[in-house]
Amino acid sequence: MKIIIPVKRVLDPYTQARVNKQTQQVDLSNAKMAMNPFCEIAVEEALTLKESGSASETIAVSIGTDKTVDTLRTALAMGVDRAIFIKTDSELDLQPLHVAKILANIIKREEAELVIMGKQAVDNDNNQTGQMLSGLIDFSLGTFISKFDLNSDASSVEVSREIDSGIETRKLNLPAIVTVDLRLNEPRYASLPNIMKARSKPLETIELSSLGIDTAPRIKVVSVEESGTKDRASKQISSAEELFTELNQMGVI
Amino acid sequence: MSALILIELNGSEVSANSRAAITAATQLSDTIDALVLTNNASNGTSVSALAGINTVKIIVDDSLENANVEVASKLIADAMSGYGYLISGSSTFSKNILPRVGALLDVQPISDVCEIKSNNTFVRPLYAGNVMATVESSDETIVMTVRATAFEHSGDGGSASIETITSSMPESNSEFISLQESESERPELTTAERIVSGGRGLGSKENFTLIEQLADKLDAAIGASRAAVDAGFISNDYQVGQTGKVVAPKLYLAVGISGAIQHLAGMKDSQVIVVINNDPDAPMSRMADLVWQVDLFDALNELNAYQV
Repeated sequence: MKIIIPVKRVLDPYTQARVNKQTQQVDLSNAKMAMNPFCEIAVEEALTLKESGSASETIAVSIGTDKTVDTLRTALAMGVDRAIFIKTDSELDLQPLHVAKILANIIKREEAELVIMGKQAVDNDNNQTGQMLSGLIDFSLGTFISKFDLNSDASSVEVSREIDSGIETRKLNLPAIVTVDLRLNEPRYASLPNIMKARSKPLETIELSSLGIDTAPRIKVVSVEESGTKDRASKQISSAEELFTELNQMGVI
Repeated sequence: MSALILIELNGSEVSANSRAAITAATQLSDTIDALVLTNNASNGTSVSALAGINTVKIIVDDSLENANVEVASKLIADAMSGYGYLISGSSTFSKNILPRVGALLDVQPISDVCEIKSNNTFVRPLYAGNVMATVESSDETIVMTVRATAFEHSGDGGSASIETITSSMPESNSEFISLQESESERPELTTAERIVSGGRGLGSKENFTLIEQLADKLDAAIGASRAAVDAGFISNDYQVGQTGKVVAPKLYLAVGISGAIQHLAGMKDSQVIVVINNDPDAPMSRMADLVWQVDLFDALNELNAYQV
């Protein structure tokens, strides 16, 4: 069983996003970038399956300019067998529909049976790509998973999904796509020897233009503005009585 | 262009999310229909009582009680003929299904709409809500989810006609096994007027009962930070934040929560924020209207013992 793990390079999640007012875009020019944290969890799950003997090969895929190779090297250093880099000439505004179409192409080419990916990327917070991909290639779909068990004959998986009302368990026949939630596992760190080793692992580059996929934007970003948390004029209190009195006066209890 | 609302049911009740979706739809279209996938034909009646709905389209099948996304997305895509908008409230229900519908319709959906600027221009959050983007869609059909905290929840008082769609069930490659629901008599987190939320500072599942006691005293819902959920103090459906639930209650009382940006993203629009924490430098404190800098256990014991 081949596993594809799409990974995305995003602004480091512990860095504050800043808007460039001239370009009306989030300024990433000198920003610290990292692999989307949900993608790290997806990589970890794929590696666990490989180590247990359930997967034949793990393949990380990412799309972007040359800098995206860093993120694929990170996946390789974590332990993924090989990487596919879909190269774009410039910073394209690729949307989940485009990304899903590109990934669909790669999955068909690789004849992969399982796709493990993050439930959302922490930059655009769309939470769409896995679902859209499943629709395009008609794979069964398990979103927001916190538990993943491959059945003994490797024809299906049982997944637990974190949903608004609790935990839902479903059986998905392969081929399937799962999108992972935070509590599925603890991703490993790449060790220094593995970072060195990753440099010699296979990384195939495919020009996006060679795939013949329409990437015309469906959504245009008209403007962006920072909307960070606003500091409030905090009043110090020091007793339960004081708190209840204040809340009463504010009319919230 | 007419709009179709994908209705989310909690048992036989229409979710608050769906009511927000109706309000959003009224800003876009004069003709609003509702689509219900259910195992129980009588659920059409509660939907037909929603104000503002023209026709309720209902698909009834035993398998739709816990519908597989492969089936639901196909049925919804087929029902979209003639509609310009497909709108649902943001939730794990809609986020599971709508993007797949979008792919089937070759449309780029728009997630978590917070404001409608025009018939194709919307405001939505990026980067955990630290950036708000105004986006314009060029798709002929617009598929979107809307934040339930950003739109009024439309009420009842309507008398829509009910139209049953008879449809053969598409094939599915997955099956429902079980649902482990958190049972609580307390108000529902996303619609509660008051929320008492606990973080890593509570230290244990046992200590989290102090949060529950305070919530009961205030007739509040319970919330939690990711750290508290990761540590197993409480189940996932209580998580507030970027990847959990987004809330905007009248009162948000945060106990032992330091305030990672991912958590602040889920509660920053609360009307009054109270922070109980012994760390004066915690980011959460800067967001607070009221701060009680104290050992949180001392505070919880005093609050729980206080005679209102």
